[in-house]
Amino acid sequence: MTIRRAACWVAVAVAACLLGGAAPSPAASPAADQKAFQDYFTGRFPDVPFSDFANGPYAVNAPMRKQWEDIMQFPPYDFALDEGKTAFDTAFANGKSYADCFSNRGLGVRQTFPYFDTKSGEVVTLDLAINRCRTANGEKPLPYQTGMMASITAYMAETSRDKPFDIKIPDDPRARSAYEDGQKFFYSRRGQLNFSCASCHAGAAGQRMRGDILAPALGILAAFPIYRSDWGSMGTIDRRFTTCSLQMRAAPLPPQDVAYRNLEYFLSYMSNGVPISGPGTRP
Amino acid sequence: MASTIRVRAQASGTTTDVQALIQHPMDSGFVKDSDGKLIPPHHIETVTFEHGDKTVLTANWGPAVSKDPYIKFSFAGGAKGDALTVTWMDNLGKTDTLAAKIT
Repeated sequence: MTIRRAACWVAVAVAACLLGGAAPSPAASPAADQKAFQDYFTGRFPDVPFSDFANGPYAVNAPMRKQWEDIMQFPPYDFALDEGKTAFDTAFANGKSYADCFSNRGLGVRQTFPYFDTKSGEVVTLDLAINRCRTANGEKPLPYQTGMMASITAYMAETSRDKPFDIKIPDDPRARSAYEDGQKFFYSRRGQLNFSCASCHAGAAGQRMRGDILAPALGILAAFPIYRSDWGSMGTIDRRFTTCSLQMRAAPLPPQDVAYRNLEYFLSYMSNGVPISGPGTRP
Repeated sequence: MASTIRVRAQASGTTTDVQALIQHPMDSGFVKDSDGKLIPPHHIETVTFEHGDKTVLTANWGPAVSKDPYIKFSFAGGAKGDALTVTWMDNLGKTDTLAAKIT
């Protein structure tokens, strides 16, 4: 790292260094990766308390934090939260409800998602579990990116606030490969702009991209779903991944694509210990 | 259904600071949907804040005001525990009202 950083200072193409040179490099085991990943961000932002990484850009930029605190007098996700709670408490046509599909009746469980399902051999996100719950009870699945899906996940996240991310990688080669697939996705460059997720959210975290402050990748999913002022509405992790892909001028994948789920699995595992702060607001 | 109005009123000395957020689409009538059809105008026309019997603020809003509008103002008077009533009415005649307490 020291050598790479030193090289950055002498390099003519400083921008290239800022946008990727300083990113943590993948290591051998998930646990070691996680430590290196968290050490990288706590080293980059020594004044930020670990749990504050749940607040994304507001953790690393004081003026933005001030504005956010003003906004939070009236959280713009409030209306969605009400809608989500009502939907969550309303029974399906067959008399069952969302609570019957989750452990602890769906309250305070956000931090355990996504998990690796050793039966089906795939990563199951909260959004996917909600739609599977619906189809198992004879209801139509919800669209993934916005609307009711965001409202329900907002309510479920709110009941899980301050519970630290607790993602496990079971001793199963398929789980390990899903994790590695997500990791590879995070560090791979794509799109016409040739950026990786890490270019912005690791190497350049806390810096500006035009008017925006780039959120550190550590804890970046803790606040989802979010009300984003730019959207003027709520959005799920799928909506954010899709928007990110488009901003890199890459063709976005369909919501809940295996690659997006694996990426969510990797990012959430990297953020183990960061408390859930969702639903959140972002500019 | 939960109220479309969120209000917070705080008495500070001789004045009361009021903030409110209203859930409303505020369609201007100039925007087209994905099929190319105009979305008909649907926006709030008046908002009133009443402290006791006295109207402390009337706002005449139109199509230029944003979706889910936010308003902040302060008025002279008002004490802890007083009632503050917020009412809006839109161009389709829909209306909602909320009675809040000053804190």
